[in-house]
Amino acid sequence: MATLQLQSLDIEIAGKSICQNLTVQIAANERWALLGKNGAGKTTLLHSLIGQRSANKGNILLDGVDIVNLTQRELASKIGILFQQGMDTLPATVFETAMLGRYPHLQSLFKDEPKDIDIARAALAAFDLQALSEREVDTLSGGELQRLALAMLLAQTPQVFLLDEPSNHLDVAFQVKLLSVLEEKIAENSASLLMATHDINLAARFCEHIILLLDDGEFLLGERDEILSEENLSKAYNCSIKSVTSGNQQLFYPA
Amino acid sequence: MIANRQLLLLTLLLIFTLISVLFSLLSGSVEISLGQLVSNFSSAENNLSRQVLEEIRIPRTLAAFVTGGLLSLSGVIMQVLLRNPLADPYILGISGGAAVGALSAILLGVSGFWLSNAAFGGAGISILLVFGIANKFGSWSVTRLLLTGVVVSAGWGAVINILLTTSSTNNVQSMLFWLMGDLSQSQVGVGHFLLLLIGLAGGLVLSRSLNVLIRGELLAVSLGISIRPLRLLLFFSASAFTATAVTIAGSVGFVGLIIPHMLRLLGARDHRMLIPCSILLGGSFLVFADSLARTLIAPQQLPVGVVTAVIGVPAFILILRSTIRK
Repeated sequence: MATLQLQSLDIEIAGKSICQNLTVQIAANERWALLGKNGAGKTTLLHSLIGQRSANKGNILLDGVDIVNLTQRELASKIGILFQQGMDTLPATVFETAMLGRYPHLQSLFKDEPKDIDIARAALAAFDLQALSEREVDTLSGGELQRLALAMLLAQTPQVFLLDEPSNHLDVAFQVKLLSVLEEKIAENSASLLMATHDINLAARFCEHIILLLDDGEFLLGERDEILSEENLSKAYNCSIKSVTSGNQQLFYPA
Repeated sequence: MIANRQLLLLTLLLIFTLISVLFSLLSGSVEISLGQLVSNFSSAENNLSRQVLEEIRIPRTLAAFVTGGLLSLSGVIMQVLLRNPLADPYILGISGGAAVGALSAILLGVSGFWLSNAAFGGAGISILLVFGIANKFGSWSVTRLLLTGVVVSAGWGAVINILLTTSSTNNVQSMLFWLMGDLSQSQVGVGHFLLLLIGLAGGLVLSRSLNVLIRGELLAVSLGISIRPLRLLLFFSASAFTATAVTIAGSVGFVGLIIPHMLRLLGARDHRMLIPCSILLGGSFLVFADSLARTLIAPQQLPVGVVTAVIGVPAFILILRSTIRK
Protein backbone atom coordinates (compact mmCIF):
# COMPACT_ATOMS: atom_id res chain seq x y z
CA MET A 1 0.00 0.00 0.00
CA ALA A 2 1.33 3.38 -0.88
CA THR A 3 0.16 6.93 -0.71
CA LEU A 4 1.14 9.42 -3.37
CA GLN A 5 1.02 13.04 -2.29
CA LEU A 6 1.41 16.05 -4.52
CA GLN A 7 2.17 19.14 -2.45
CA SER A 8 1.80 22.67 -3.85
CA LEU A 9 3.02 21.42 -7.19
CA ASP A 10 3.85 23.88 -9.98
CA ILE A 11 4.69 22.38 -13.35
CA GLU A 12 5.56 24.32 -16.46
CA ILE A 13 6.55 23.16 -19.89
CA ALA A 14 7.99 25.55 -22.47
CA GLY A 15 6.77 28.55 -20.47
CA LYS A 16 3.21 27.21 -20.25
CA SER A 17 1.82 26.48 -16.83
CA ILE A 18 0.28 23.03 -16.46
CA CYS A 19 -0.75 23.33 -12.86
CA GLN A 20 -0.18 25.80 -10.07
CA ASN A 21 -0.27 24.91 -6.43
CA LEU A 22 -1.69 21.44 -7.05
CA THR A 23 -2.15 19.59 -3.79
CA VAL A 24 -3.75 16.18 -3.85
CA GLN A 25 -3.40 12.89 -2.06
CA ILE A 26 -3.91 9.62 -3.86
CA ALA A 27 -4.33 6.91 -1.25
CA ALA A 28 -4.32 3.14 -1.65
CA ASN A 29 -7.46 1.74 -3.29
CA GLU A 30 -8.34 5.11 -4.80
CA ARG A 31 -8.89 5.58 -8.50
CA TRP A 32 -8.32 8.98 -10.02
CA ALA A 33 -8.81 10.24 -13.55
CA LEU A 34 -6.79 13.08 -15.03
CA LEU A 35 -8.86 14.96 -17.57
CA GLY A 36 -8.17 18.01 -19.69
CA LYS A 37 -8.14 19.01 -23.30
CA ASN A 38 -5.34 18.13 -25.71
CA GLY A 39 -2.16 19.87 -24.66
CA ALA A 40 -3.45 20.59 -21.16
CA GLY A 41 -0.42 18.79 -19.73
CA LYS A 42 -1.79 15.43 -18.63
CA THR A 43 1.23 13.55 -19.93
CA THR A 44 3.69 16.09 -18.54
CA LEU A 45 2.12 15.75 -15.11
CA LEU A 46 2.35 11.95 -15.23
CA HIS A 47 5.98 12.11 -16.36
CA SER A 48 6.79 14.30 -13.35
CA LEU A 49 5.45 11.59 -11.09
CA ILE A 50 7.94 9.02 -12.37
CA GLY A 51 10.87 11.41 -12.02
CA GLN A 52 11.29 11.79 -15.76
CA ARG A 53 11.12 15.56 -15.37
CA SER A 54 11.20 17.63 -12.23
CA ALA A 55 8.48 19.92 -10.96
CA ASN A 56 9.16 23.65 -10.96
CA LYS A 57 7.95 23.99 -7.41
CA GLY A 58 6.46 21.82 -4.73
CA ASN A 59 7.02 18.22 -3.73
CA ILE A 60 5.92 14.79 -4.75
CA LEU A 61 5.88 12.40 -1.82
CA LEU A 62 5.57 8.65 -1.92
CA ASP A 63 4.65 7.30 1.51
CA GLY A 64 5.94 10.53 2.99
CA VAL A 65 9.32 10.44 1.21
CA ASP A 66 10.09 13.04 -1.43
CA ILE A 67 10.68 11.17 -4.68
CA VAL A 68 13.84 13.18 -5.35
CA ASN A 69 15.33 11.28 -2.41
CA LEU A 70 14.47 7.90 -3.91
CA THR A 71 16.60 6.12 -6.46
CA GLN A 72 15.01 5.69 -9.86
CA ARG A 73 14.78 2.00 -9.11
CA GLU A 74 13.05 2.41 -5.76
CA LEU A 75 10.58 4.71 -7.46
CA ALA A 76 10.00 2.22 -10.28
CA SER A 77 9.31 -0.59 -7.85
CA LYS A 78 6.36 1.43 -6.49
CA ILE A 79 5.11 3.56 -9.38
CA GLY A 80 4.49 2.11 -12.84
CA ILE A 81 3.27 3.84 -15.97
CA LEU A 82 1.62 2.88 -19.22
CA PHE A 83 2.91 5.25 -21.87
CA GLN A 84 0.72 6.90 -24.43
CA GLN A 85 2.83 6.30 -27.51
CA GLY A 86 3.03 2.55 -27.16
CA MET A 87 6.11 0.42 -27.34
CA ASP A 88 8.89 0.19 -29.85
CA THR A 89 8.69 -3.11 -31.61
CA LEU A 90 12.28 -4.19 -31.43
CA PRO A 91 12.98 -7.84 -32.12
CA ALA A 92 11.89 -9.56 -28.92
CA THR A 93 9.30 -12.06 -27.86
CA VAL A 94 6.13 -11.26 -25.96
CA PHE A 95 7.44 -13.06 -22.88
CA GLU A 96 10.81 -11.26 -22.96
CA THR A 97 8.94 -7.99 -23.11
CA ALA A 98 6.68 -8.82 -20.17
CA MET A 99 9.79 -9.82 -18.19
CA LEU A 100 11.16 -6.29 -18.62
CA GLY A 101 8.46 -5.23 -16.18
CA ARG A 102 10.28 -7.18 -13.49
CA TYR A 103 13.46 -5.11 -13.92
CA PRO A 104 13.02 -2.90 -10.83
CA HIS A 105 12.60 -5.98 -8.63
CA LEU A 106 15.28 -8.27 -10.03
CA GLN A 107 17.83 -9.49 -7.53
CA SER A 108 20.16 -11.66 -9.59
CA LEU A 109 22.33 -10.22 -12.35
CA PHE A 110 21.87 -13.11 -14.74
CA LYS A 111 19.39 -15.65 -13.53
CA ASP A 112 15.67 -15.13 -14.00
CA GLU A 113 14.13 -16.24 -10.72
CA PRO A 114 11.13 -18.59 -10.97
CA LYS A 115 9.13 -16.08 -8.94
CA ASP A 116 9.68 -13.34 -11.53
CA ILE A 117 8.91 -15.70 -14.40
CA ASP A 118 5.66 -16.69 -12.69
CA ILE A 119 4.65 -13.08 -12.18
CA ALA A 120 5.34 -12.25 -15.84
CA ARG A 121 3.39 -15.32 -16.99
CA ALA A 122 0.46 -14.44 -14.76
CA ALA A 123 0.47 -10.89 -16.10
CA LEU A 124 0.35 -12.18 -19.68
CA ALA A 125 -2.46 -14.56 -18.75
CA ALA A 126 -4.45 -11.73 -17.18
CA PHE A 127 -4.57 -10.07 -20.58
CA ASP A 128 -5.10 -13.29 -22.55
CA LEU A 129 -1.63 -13.24 -24.04
CA GLN A 130 -0.29 -16.54 -22.72
CA ALA A 131 -0.78 -18.23 -26.07
CA LEU A 132 1.35 -15.54 -27.72
CA SER A 133 4.26 -15.82 -25.26
CA GLU A 134 6.81 -16.89 -27.84
CA ARG A 135 5.53 -14.64 -30.61
CA GLU A 136 7.72 -11.85 -31.93
CA VAL A 137 6.52 -8.46 -30.74
CA ASP A 138 6.67 -7.00 -34.24
CA THR A 139 4.03 -9.47 -35.44
CA LEU A 140 1.43 -8.22 -32.97
CA SER A 141 -1.53 -6.01 -33.82
CA GLY A 142 -1.97 -2.58 -32.24
CA GLY A 143 -4.48 -3.94 -29.76
CA GLU A 144 -2.26 -6.87 -28.82
CA LEU A 145 0.66 -4.49 -28.29
CA GLN A 146 -1.45 -2.36 -25.97
CA ARG A 147 -2.42 -5.48 -24.03
CA LEU A 148 1.25 -6.43 -23.84
CA ALA A 149 2.12 -2.98 -22.50
CA LEU A 150 -0.57 -3.43 -19.84
CA ALA A 151 0.79 -6.90 -19.00
CA MET A 152 4.29 -5.47 -18.63
CA LEU A 153 2.92 -2.81 -16.27
CA LEU A 154 1.10 -5.47 -14.27
CA ALA A 155 4.31 -7.54 -14.09
CA GLN A 156 6.00 -4.50 -12.60
CA THR A 157 3.58 -4.88 -9.63
CA PRO A 158 3.56 -1.19 -8.76
CA GLN A 159 1.48 0.25 -5.95
CA VAL A 160 0.57 3.27 -7.98
CA PHE A 161 -0.58 2.64 -11.56
CA LEU A 162 -0.30 5.60 -13.91
CA LEU A 163 -2.05 5.18 -17.24
CA ASP A 164 -1.62 7.59 -20.13
CA GLU A 165 -4.49 7.18 -22.58
CA PRO A 166 -4.99 3.47 -21.87
CA SER A 167 -7.78 3.23 -24.44
CA ASN A 168 -5.40 3.95 -27.36
CA HIS A 169 -5.56 1.22 -30.01
CA LEU A 170 -8.43 -0.51 -28.26
CA ASP A 171 -11.98 -0.96 -29.49
CA VAL A 172 -14.82 -0.09 -27.09
CA ALA A 173 -15.26 -3.67 -25.90
CA PHE A 174 -11.56 -4.09 -25.13
CA GLN A 175 -11.36 -0.69 -23.43
CA VAL A 176 -13.90 -1.77 -20.87
CA LYS A 177 -12.71 -5.35 -20.62
CA LEU A 178 -9.02 -4.57 -20.15
CA LEU A 179 -9.61 -1.75 -17.73
CA SER A 180 -11.89 -4.04 -15.72
CA VAL A 181 -9.10 -6.62 -15.55
CA LEU A 182 -6.66 -3.96 -14.47
CA GLU A 183 -9.11 -2.54 -11.95
CA GLU A 184 -9.52 -5.98 -10.43
CA LYS A 185 -5.74 -6.48 -10.14
CA ILE A 186 -5.32 -3.02 -8.66
CA ALA A 187 -7.97 -3.78 -6.07
CA GLU A 188 -6.37 -7.16 -5.26
CA ASN A 189 -3.09 -5.44 -4.47
CA SER A 190 -4.63 -2.46 -2.69
CA ALA A 191 -2.88 -0.28 -5.24
CA SER A 192 -4.08 3.04 -6.59
CA LEU A 193 -4.71 4.37 -10.06
CA LEU A 194 -4.22 7.68 -11.84
CA MET A 195 -5.43 7.57 -15.41
CA ALA A 196 -5.01 10.35 -17.95
CA THR A 197 -7.59 10.06 -20.67
CA HIS A 198 -9.55 12.08 -23.17
CA ASP A 199 -12.52 9.78 -22.74
CA ILE A 200 -14.75 11.41 -20.12
CA ASN A 201 -17.14 8.46 -19.97
CA LEU A 202 -14.34 5.96 -19.46
CA ALA A 203 -13.02 8.12 -16.64
CA ALA A 204 -16.49 8.33 -15.09
CA ARG A 205 -16.90 4.58 -15.31
CA PHE A 206 -13.63 3.59 -13.63
CA CYS A 207 -12.65 6.46 -11.36
CA GLU A 208 -14.40 7.98 -8.38
CA HIS A 209 -12.05 10.97 -8.16
CA ILE A 210 -11.23 13.45 -10.90
CA ILE A 211 -8.51 16.02 -11.58
CA LEU A 212 -9.72 18.30 -14.35
CA LEU A 213 -7.02 20.54 -15.84
CA LEU A 214 -8.18 23.96 -17.02
CA ASP A 215 -6.21 26.69 -18.75
CA ASP A 216 -3.37 28.70 -17.19
CA GLY A 217 -2.43 26.21 -14.50
CA GLU A 218 -5.88 26.10 -12.95
CA PHE A 219 -7.65 22.88 -12.16
CA LEU A 220 -10.62 21.35 -10.40
CA LEU A 221 -10.36 18.27 -8.28
CA GLY A 222 -12.59 16.19 -6.14
CA GLU A 223 -15.30 13.56 -6.22
CA ARG A 224 -16.47 12.42 -9.63
CA ASP A 225 -20.06 13.61 -9.26
CA GLU A 226 -18.90 17.00 -8.09
CA ILE A 227 -16.44 17.62 -10.90
CA LEU A 228 -18.09 15.98 -13.88
CA SER A 229 -20.74 18.52 -14.72
CA GLU A 230 -21.75 20.03 -18.04
CA GLU A 231 -20.56 23.42 -16.84
CA ASN A 232 -17.11 22.29 -15.65
CA LEU A 233 -16.45 20.14 -18.69
CA SER A 234 -17.58 22.81 -21.14
CA LYS A 235 -15.16 25.21 -19.50
CA ALA A 236 -12.29 22.70 -19.51
CA TYR A 237 -12.69 21.62 -23.12
CA ASN A 238 -13.70 25.04 -24.40
CA CYS A 239 -16.66 23.44 -26.15
CA SER A 240 -20.26 22.93 -25.16
CA ILE A 241 -20.65 19.54 -23.49
CA LYS A 242 -24.00 18.01 -22.61
CA SER A 243 -24.96 14.87 -20.75
CA VAL A 244 -27.66 12.24 -20.80
CA THR A 245 -28.44 9.68 -18.18
CA SER A 246 -28.74 6.07 -19.21
CA GLY A 247 -29.59 3.64 -16.45
CA ASN A 248 -27.53 4.84 -13.52
CA GLN A 249 -24.72 6.16 -15.69
CA GLN A 250 -24.33 9.74 -16.80
CA LEU A 251 -22.85 10.04 -20.30
CA PHE A 252 -21.18 13.16 -21.69
CA TYR A 253 -21.03 14.23 -25.32
CA PRO A 254 -20.12 17.38 -27.25
CA ALA A 255 -23.22 19.33 -28.17
CA MET B 1 14.31 -24.55 -24.59
CA ILE B 2 15.44 -21.06 -25.42
CA ALA B 3 18.24 -21.39 -22.91
CA ASN B 4 19.40 -24.57 -24.68
CA ARG B 5 19.47 -22.84 -28.04
CA GLN B 6 21.57 -20.04 -26.62
CA LEU B 7 23.91 -22.49 -24.94
CA LEU B 8 24.35 -24.17 -28.31
CA LEU B 9 25.21 -20.83 -29.92
CA LEU B 10 27.77 -20.09 -27.23
CA THR B 11 29.33 -23.54 -27.65
CA LEU B 12 29.51 -23.16 -31.42
CA LEU B 13 31.18 -19.79 -30.99
CA LEU B 14 33.75 -21.25 -28.62
CA ILE B 15 34.52 -23.96 -31.19
CA PHE B 16 34.74 -21.35 -33.94
CA THR B 17 37.12 -19.32 -31.80
CA LEU B 18 39.34 -22.36 -31.28
CA ILE B 19 39.32 -23.20 -34.98
CA SER B 20 40.11 -19.65 -36.03
CA VAL B 21 43.02 -19.47 -33.59
CA LEU B 22 44.42 -22.79 -34.87
CA PHE B 23 43.91 -21.67 -38.46
CA SER B 24 45.77 -18.46 -37.73
CA LEU B 25 48.66 -20.24 -35.99
CA LEU B 26 49.02 -22.81 -38.79
CA SER B 27 48.79 -20.51 -41.80
CA GLY B 28 51.63 -18.43 -43.16
CA SER B 29 54.71 -18.67 -45.31
CA VAL B 30 56.48 -21.06 -42.95
CA GLU B 31 54.74 -24.45 -42.97
CA ILE B 32 53.82 -25.55 -39.49
CA SER B 33 51.73 -28.66 -38.98
CA LEU B 34 49.37 -29.36 -36.12
CA GLY B 35 51.82 -31.94 -34.79
CA GLN B 36 54.65 -29.44 -34.81
CA LEU B 37 52.44 -26.89 -33.07
CA VAL B 38 51.77 -29.31 -30.23
CA SER B 39 55.38 -30.47 -29.95
CA ASN B 40 56.59 -26.89 -29.97
CA PHE B 41 54.56 -26.14 -26.92
CA SER B 42 55.63 -29.28 -25.09
CA SER B 43 59.37 -29.23 -25.80
CA ALA B 44 61.97 -26.68 -24.92
CA GLU B 45 63.68 -27.04 -28.30
CA ASN B 46 64.31 -23.78 -30.09
CA ASN B 47 63.82 -23.98 -33.82
CA LEU B 48 62.48 -21.91 -36.68
CA SER B 49 58.85 -22.90 -36.35
CA ARG B 50 58.88 -22.15 -32.65
CA GLN B 51 60.41 -18.77 -33.35
CA VAL B 52 57.81 -17.97 -36.01
CA LEU B 53 55.03 -18.96 -33.63
CA GLU B 54 56.30 -17.09 -30.62
CA GLU B 55 57.48 -13.96 -32.31
CA ILE B 56 55.02 -13.54 -35.14
CA ARG B 57 51.91 -15.65 -35.21
CA ILE B 58 50.89 -15.82 -31.56
CA PRO B 59 51.24 -12.06 -30.91
CA ARG B 60 49.40 -11.29 -34.12
CA THR B 61 46.60 -13.74 -33.38
CA LEU B 62 46.19 -12.27 -29.92
CA ALA B 63 46.18 -8.75 -31.34
CA ALA B 64 43.50 -9.72 -33.85
CA PHE B 65 41.34 -11.34 -31.20
CA VAL B 66 41.52 -8.41 -28.78
CA THR B 67 40.86 -5.87 -31.53
CA GLY B 68 37.89 -7.78 -32.91
CA GLY B 69 36.46 -8.38 -29.45
CA LEU B 70 36.77 -4.73 -28.45
CA LEU B 71 35.27 -3.44 -31.71
CA SER B 72 32.36 -5.80 -31.55
CA LEU B 73 31.67 -4.99 -27.89
CA SER B 74 31.87 -1.30 -28.66
CA GLY B 75 29.45 -1.80 -31.56
CA VAL B 76 26.89 -3.45 -29.27
CA ILE B 77 27.15 -0.59 -26.79
CA MET B 78 26.95 2.14 -29.43
CA GLN B 79 23.86 0.54 -30.95
CA VAL B 80 22.14 0.64 -27.56
CA LEU B 81 23.42 4.10 -26.64
CA LEU B 82 22.33 5.67 -29.91
CA ARG B 83 19.35 3.35 -30.38
CA ASN B 84 20.31 3.16 -34.00
CA PRO B 85 20.96 -0.04 -35.93
CA LEU B 86 23.49 1.78 -38.12
CA ALA B 87 25.64 2.76 -35.18
CA ASP B 88 29.14 1.31 -35.16
CA PRO B 89 32.23 1.98 -33.05
CA TYR B 90 33.33 4.73 -35.42
CA ILE B 91 30.08 6.65 -35.74
CA LEU B 92 31.04 9.23 -33.13
CA GLY B 93 34.26 10.18 -34.88
CA ILE B 94 36.70 8.28 -32.68
CA SER B 95 38.40 6.52 -35.57
CA GLY B 96 38.60 9.82 -37.47
CA GLY B 97 40.45 11.47 -34.60
CA ALA B 98 42.72 8.45 -34.25
CA ALA B 99 43.36 8.46 -38.00
CA VAL B 100 44.40 12.10 -38.01
CA GLY B 101 46.76 11.35 -35.12
CA ALA B 102 48.20 8.28 -36.80
CA LEU B 103 48.53 9.86 -40.24
CA SER B 104 50.25 12.89 -38.78
CA ALA B 105 52.69 10.54 -37.05
CA ILE B 106 53.36 8.74 -40.35
CA LEU B 107 53.90 12.12 -42.00
CA LEU B 108 56.43 12.99 -39.33
CA GLY B 109 58.16 9.70 -40.03
CA VAL B 110 57.60 8.04 -36.67
CA SER B 111 56.25 4.54 -36.16
CA GLY B 112 55.55 1.92 -33.52
CA PHE B 113 55.17 3.36 -30.05
CA TRP B 114 54.77 6.98 -31.11
CA LEU B 115 52.35 6.17 -33.88
CA SER B 116 50.18 4.28 -31.39
CA ASN B 117 50.32 7.16 -28.96
CA ALA B 118 49.42 9.65 -31.66
CA ALA B 119 46.43 7.52 -32.69
CA PHE B 120 45.29 7.11 -29.09
CA GLY B 121 45.73 10.83 -28.48
CA GLY B 122 43.71 11.68 -31.59
CA ALA B 123 40.95 9.34 -30.47
CA GLY B 124 40.96 10.93 -27.03
CA ILE B 125 40.70 14.44 -28.44
CA SER B 126 37.82 13.35 -30.61
CA ILE B 127 35.94 11.73 -27.70
CA LEU B 128 36.28 14.86 -25.57
CA LEU B 129 35.33 17.07 -28.47
CA VAL B 130 32.14 15.14 -29.19
CA PHE B 131 31.29 14.89 -25.51
CA GLY B 132 31.98 18.59 -24.97
CA ILE B 133 29.85 19.76 -27.86
CA ALA B 134 26.98 17.33 -27.24
CA ASN B 135 27.00 18.00 -23.51
CA LYS B 136 27.40 21.77 -23.62
CA PHE B 137 23.80 22.39 -24.47
CA GLY B 138 22.64 20.41 -21.49
CA SER B 139 20.15 18.11 -23.11
CA TRP B 140 22.64 15.40 -24.17
CA SER B 141 20.00 13.82 -26.32
CA VAL B 142 20.64 10.87 -28.58
CA THR B 143 19.99 12.87 -31.72
CA ARG B 144 22.35 15.64 -30.65
CA LEU B 145 25.05 13.13 -29.77
CA LEU B 146 24.63 11.34 -33.06
CA LEU B 147 24.67 14.54 -35.10
CA THR B 148 27.71 15.84 -33.25
CA GLY B 149 29.50 12.57 -33.88
CA VAL B 150 28.66 12.55 -37.56
CA VAL B 151 29.74 16.16 -38.02
CA VAL B 152 32.99 15.67 -36.12
CA SER B 153 33.63 12.54 -38.22
CA ALA B 154 33.13 14.56 -41.38
CA GLY B 155 35.59 17.15 -40.09
CA TRP B 156 38.23 14.49 -39.43
CA GLY B 157 37.48 13.06 -42.88
CA ALA B 158 38.41 16.36 -44.46
CA VAL B 159 41.68 16.52 -42.51
CA ILE B 160 42.45 12.93 -43.52
CA ASN B 161 41.93 13.84 -47.17
CA ILE B 162 44.23 16.84 -46.85
CA LEU B 163 46.91 14.63 -45.30
CA LEU B 164 46.49 11.98 -48.01
CA THR B 165 46.60 14.39 -50.93
CA THR B 166 49.60 16.31 -49.68
CA SER B 167 51.77 13.36 -48.63
CA SER B 168 54.43 11.55 -50.62
CA THR B 169 53.43 8.30 -52.37
CA ASN B 170 55.51 6.33 -49.95
CA ASN B 171 53.70 7.67 -46.94
CA VAL B 172 50.31 7.35 -48.61
CA GLN B 173 50.79 3.57 -48.82
CA SER B 174 51.30 3.29 -45.05
CA MET B 175 48.46 5.71 -44.44
CA LEU B 176 46.04 3.67 -46.54
CA PHE B 177 46.99 0.51 -44.68
CA TRP B 178 46.32 2.26 -41.38
CA LEU B 179 43.00 3.61 -42.60
CA MET B 180 41.79 0.24 -43.80
CA GLY B 181 42.98 -1.51 -40.68
CA ASP B 182 46.13 -3.56 -40.54
CA LEU B 183 47.55 -5.90 -37.93
CA SER B 184 51.09 -6.31 -39.25
CA GLN B 185 52.53 -3.74 -36.83
CA SER B 186 50.26 -4.58 -33.94
CA GLN B 187 51.41 -5.10 -30.40
CA VAL B 188 49.17 -6.13 -27.57
CA GLY B 189 49.96 -6.67 -23.93
CA VAL B 190 48.29 -7.88 -20.77
CA GLY B 191 46.65 -4.47 -20.41
CA HIS B 192 44.69 -4.91 -23.61
CA PHE B 193 43.34 -8.29 -22.51
CA LEU B 194 42.53 -6.83 -19.14
CA LEU B 195 40.49 -4.09 -20.81
CA LEU B 196 38.60 -6.68 -22.83
CA LEU B 197 37.90 -8.69 -19.67
CA ILE B 198 36.74 -5.58 -17.85
CA GLY B 199 34.50 -4.84 -20.83
CA LEU B 200 33.05 -8.34 -20.68
CA ALA B 201 32.45 -8.21 -16.94
CA GLY B 202 31.04 -4.69 -17.01
CA GLY B 203 28.89 -5.50 -20.00
CA LEU B 204 27.46 -8.55 -18.27
CA VAL B 205 26.72 -6.57 -15.12
CA LEU B 206 24.91 -3.94 -17.18
CA SER B 207 23.26 -6.38 -19.57
CA ARG B 208 19.80 -6.24 -17.99
CA SER B 209 19.90 -2.46 -18.06
CA LEU B 210 20.92 -2.57 -21.73
CA ASN B 211 17.95 -4.85 -22.44
CA VAL B 212 15.69 -2.17 -21.02
CA LEU B 213 17.47 0.88 -22.44
CA ILE B 214 17.33 -0.43 -26.00
CA ARG B 215 13.51 -0.33 -25.74
CA GLY B 216 13.54 3.42 -25.29
CA GLU B 217 14.63 6.04 -22.85
CA LEU B 218 11.22 6.81 -21.40
CA LEU B 219 10.49 3.15 -20.73
CA ALA B 220 13.92 2.76 -19.15
CA VAL B 221 13.24 5.65 -16.77
CA SER B 222 9.88 4.21 -15.83
CA LEU B 223 11.46 0.84 -15.07
CA GLY B 224 14.02 2.36 -12.75
CA ILE B 225 17.11 3.19 -14.78
CA SER B 226 19.01 6.39 -14.06
CA ILE B 227 19.54 7.32 -17.66
CA ARG B 228 22.21 9.97 -17.43
CA PRO B 229 24.88 8.07 -15.49
CA LEU B 230 24.23 4.94 -17.54
CA ARG B 231 24.57 6.79 -20.82
CA LEU B 232 27.75 8.54 -19.71
CA LEU B 233 29.19 5.19 -18.69
CA LEU B 234 28.23 3.62 -22.02
CA PHE B 235 29.61 6.56 -24.00
CA PHE B 236 32.98 6.57 -22.28
CA SER B 237 33.42 2.81 -22.11
CA ALA B 238 32.52 2.24 -25.77
CA SER B 239 34.82 5.13 -26.67
CA ALA B 240 37.68 3.65 -24.67
CA PHE B 241 37.21 0.24 -26.34
CA THR B 242 37.13 1.80 -29.79
CA ALA B 243 40.12 4.03 -29.11
CA THR B 244 42.12 1.04 -27.89
CA ALA B 245 41.12 -1.08 -30.88
CA VAL B 246 42.03 1.54 -33.47
CA THR B 247 45.30 2.16 -31.67
CA ILE B 248 46.15 -1.53 -32.05
CA ALA B 249 45.05 -2.04 -35.64
CA GLY B 250 43.84 1.12 -37.34
CA SER B 251 40.23 1.50 -38.35
CA VAL B 252 39.19 -2.05 -39.18
CA GLY B 253 35.73 -1.75 -40.63
CA PHE B 254 32.56 -3.88 -40.49
CA VAL B 255 33.39 -5.92 -37.38
CA GLY B 256 31.72 -3.52 -34.97
CA LEU B 257 28.71 -3.01 -37.18
CA ILE B 258 28.02 -6.46 -38.53
CA ILE B 259 28.96 -8.89 -35.75
CA PRO B 260 26.33 -7.65 -33.24
CA HIS B 261 23.64 -7.69 -35.94
CA MET B 262 24.62 -11.19 -37.08
CA LEU B 263 24.31 -12.45 -33.52
CA ARG B 264 20.96 -10.76 -32.99
CA LEU B 265 19.73 -12.46 -36.15
CA LEU B 266 21.05 -15.76 -34.81
CA GLY B 267 18.97 -15.30 -31.68
CA ALA B 268 21.32 -13.65 -29.18
CA ARG B 269 19.16 -10.60 -28.50
CA ASP B 270 19.35 -10.61 -24.75
CA HIS B 271 22.51 -8.70 -23.80
CA ARG B 272 23.38 -11.36 -21.25
CA MET B 273 24.06 -13.51 -24.33
CA LEU B 274 24.86 -10.85 -26.89
CA ILE B 275 27.82 -9.40 -25.03
CA PRO B 276 29.87 -12.59 -24.51
CA CYS B 277 28.89 -13.84 -27.98
CA SER B 278 29.95 -10.57 -29.60
CA ILE B 279 33.35 -10.65 -28.00
CA LEU B 280 33.89 -14.26 -29.10
CA LEU B 281 32.62 -13.85 -32.64
CA GLY B 282 34.19 -10.41 -33.13
CA GLY B 283 37.55 -11.67 -31.91
CA SER B 284 37.56 -14.94 -33.82
CA PHE B 285 36.20 -13.32 -36.97
CA LEU B 286 39.08 -10.88 -37.02
CA VAL B 287 41.59 -13.66 -36.29
CA PHE B 288 40.18 -15.57 -39.24
CA ALA B 289 40.13 -12.52 -41.52
CA ASP B 290 43.68 -11.63 -40.59
CA SER B 291 44.92 -15.14 -41.40
CA LEU B 292 43.43 -14.71 -44.85
CA ALA B 293 44.81 -11.18 -45.15
CA ARG B 294 48.36 -12.41 -44.75
CA THR B 295 48.07 -15.59 -46.83
CA LEU B 296 45.69 -14.88 -49.73
CA ILE B 297 48.21 -13.08 -51.91
CA ALA B 298 51.37 -14.00 -49.97
CA PRO B 299 54.08 -12.84 -49.79
CA GLN B 300 52.14 -9.61 -50.11
CA GLN B 301 49.70 -8.74 -47.33
CA LEU B 302 46.23 -7.30 -47.65
CA PRO B 303 44.93 -4.82 -45.07
CA VAL B 304 42.70 -6.88 -42.77
CA GLY B 305 39.93 -4.27 -43.07
CA VAL B 306 39.48 -5.22 -46.72
CA VAL B 307 39.12 -8.89 -45.83
CA THR B 308 36.58 -8.23 -43.06
CA ALA B 309 34.41 -6.44 -45.59
CA VAL B 310 34.88 -9.05 -48.30
CA ILE B 311 33.83 -11.89 -45.97
CA GLY B 312 31.56 -9.90 -43.69
CA VAL B 313 29.21 -8.41 -46.23
CA PRO B 314 28.18 -11.64 -48.01
CA ALA B 315 28.06 -13.57 -44.73
CA PHE B 316 25.76 -10.96 -43.29
CA ILE B 317 23.48 -10.92 -46.31
CA LEU B 318 23.30 -14.71 -46.19
CA ILE B 319 22.24 -14.73 -42.54
CA LEU B 320 19.80 -11.90 -43.18
CA ARG B 321 18.20 -13.87 -46.01
CA SER B 322 18.00 -17.13 -44.13
CA THR B 323 16.35 -15.56 -41.09
CA ILE B 324 13.63 -13.65 -42.90
CA ARG B 325 10.34 -14.68 -41.40
CA LYS B 326 7.83 -16.31 -43.64
